Amino acid sequence: MTAALEITRLSKHFGGLSAVDDVTIVVPGGDRRLLLGPNGAGKTTLFNLVTGELKPETGTVRLLGQDITRLAPYRCAHYGLARTYQILTLFPHSTLGESVILSMLGLRPERWNPFVRIRNRAAYWDRAVEALARVGLEAKARTRFGETSYGEKRRLEVALALAQGPKVLLLDEPLAGLSSEERFGMRALIESIPREITLMMIEHDMDTALEIAETVTVMHHGRVVAEGDRASIVRDPRVKEVYFAS
Amino acid sequence: MNQGGPLLVLALCLLAPLAAGEIFYINVASQILIAAVFAASLNILVGYGGLVSLGHASFFGLAAYAIALLTTRWGYGHFAAILIALLFATLVACVFGAVSLRATGIPFLMITLALGQTLWGVAYRWADLTGGDNGITDVRRPVVLGIDLIEPTAFYLAMVGVLLATMAFLNVFVNSGLGMSLEGARDQPRRMRMLGHGVRMVQWLAFVISGFLAAVSGICFVYYHSYIHPHSLGLATSAEALLMVIAGGVATLAGPLVGAAIVVVFKMVVSAYVTRWVMLLGIVFVLIVIFIPEGVVPGLLRVARRFRVGAK
Repeated sequence: MTAALEITRLSKHFGGLSAVDDVTIVVPGGDRRLLLGPNGAGKTTLFNLVTGELKPETGTVRLLGQDITRLAPYRCAHYGLARTYQILTLFPHSTLGESVILSMLGLRPERWNPFVRIRNRAAYWDRAVEALARVGLEAKARTRFGETSYGEKRRLEVALALAQGPKVLLLDEPLAGLSSEERFGMRALIESIPREITLMMIEHDMDTALEIAETVTVMHHGRVVAEGDRASIVRDPRVKEVYFAS
Repeated sequence: MNQGGPLLVLALCLLAPLAAGEIFYINVASQILIAAVFAASLNILVGYGGLVSLGHASFFGLAAYAIALLTTRWGYGHFAAILIALLFATLVACVFGAVSLRATGIPFLMITLALGQTLWGVAYRWADLTGGDNGITDVRRPVVLGIDLIEPTAFYLAMVGVLLATMAFLNVFVNSGLGMSLEGARDQPRRMRMLGHGVRMVQWLAFVISGFLAAVSGICFVYYHSYIHPHSLGLATSAEALLMVIAGGVATLAGPLVGAAIVVVFKMVVSAYVTRWVMLLGIVFVLIVIFIPEGVVPGLLRVARRFRVGAK
């Protein structure tokens, strides 16, 4: 069976620093994969290499069998790849509904059309409200981005990615900065994402992340040091060494 | 939002010069409308795209030169000349957009400035074609449906038509897929790429549309003045349009119209009474930047909102 995401011998250096060094990861379809590692392990750089925001020096990335190694990020999105960002990357002048419409437009030919109104068109707006309802923000569709809480902004990050209808979703620290109550809600949200969408997630909140994840990859100094199911990773002495020695 | 109020204000403003009756004011109003279309075209880039250009007069001036050459030297009729001028300026916008959008921010501004000044230099030096510093004179206004636009009121009404058509298009454009994508590319280009938008293509299309509208205003300009000079291709013309946009309010439909009115009224009316009108215009800009940095239109809306809240 074709893997949802297949990263093969991927490397990226910044000057003398090996940010990602000969990394190979295979994520089967429907997997809930957790990418662990201390700060500077190369996790976000790996995400940026997968999405085309950075170009690797060596190695390949295949999405559902399709080689996307050298594709621009917008073309990767068209092949079914979506991501969220650790640092909020949202639209400060738009309402939440408009932001979701922008997300839906990204894969549609209407994004090129200057002659047809889209912004308040019911067909788009209703679908945007539906997408917001998946993350519990339907009541905030007409609220401006600046008038929402941090927790709502984090949920909007996920809503934008889901509105693209992705096949593989990369979540970069979706729990970062959330209160314990908001973490609980976000966890439920991530768990509600259907199996057709393969998940790969970077997260530092081990307790919550390990409950969501089925398989775990641990990175350190740009390399994969351990991989396996939750139980084996928790027991793995190399993982303890990475976390407690770094 | 209820659009009845703004439309009524716009209608009254457009009718006011006709009510005044004097040809001088009708001509001033015609110039305001031409400048407003030019500023509105630049506002697509500056306001909605976040791309500050200092070479926008290129398309304005090229279309004007094309009309002047085609009608006075090469014997073309007005209809054909207008089509060729629009096509020519838009094609140049395609090329300039492809070159300048390799960068954003200050580098984008510098590339547009360099391209614009290159055209200005060519217009100055290629005197056999452009008349050099003498420019090209005797451009006649067309006769449309039996109405000679040499008549100031007829020309003004034609300009009202051009402005309303431009505003109607922009009103759709800013709410369209391309308009929304352009705003998204201004605010979060990284996220937009990850959402599937080809950011540079979106910006390029906006650049071309903006160049087309600048060409429309350039054609109106050369018909109004019956004359074109290299100055119309240069930095001063581009910078003046930029000031109109900033003073009126970026990313608003009415802002460029208000900004154009401020500049043209100072140029045409205040200059008749005050010798140092340029200094006065400078002071007005400084005051706008200090007290209503978002521009006159958003500033007035902010004040109106405050009054409304206070009244409740």
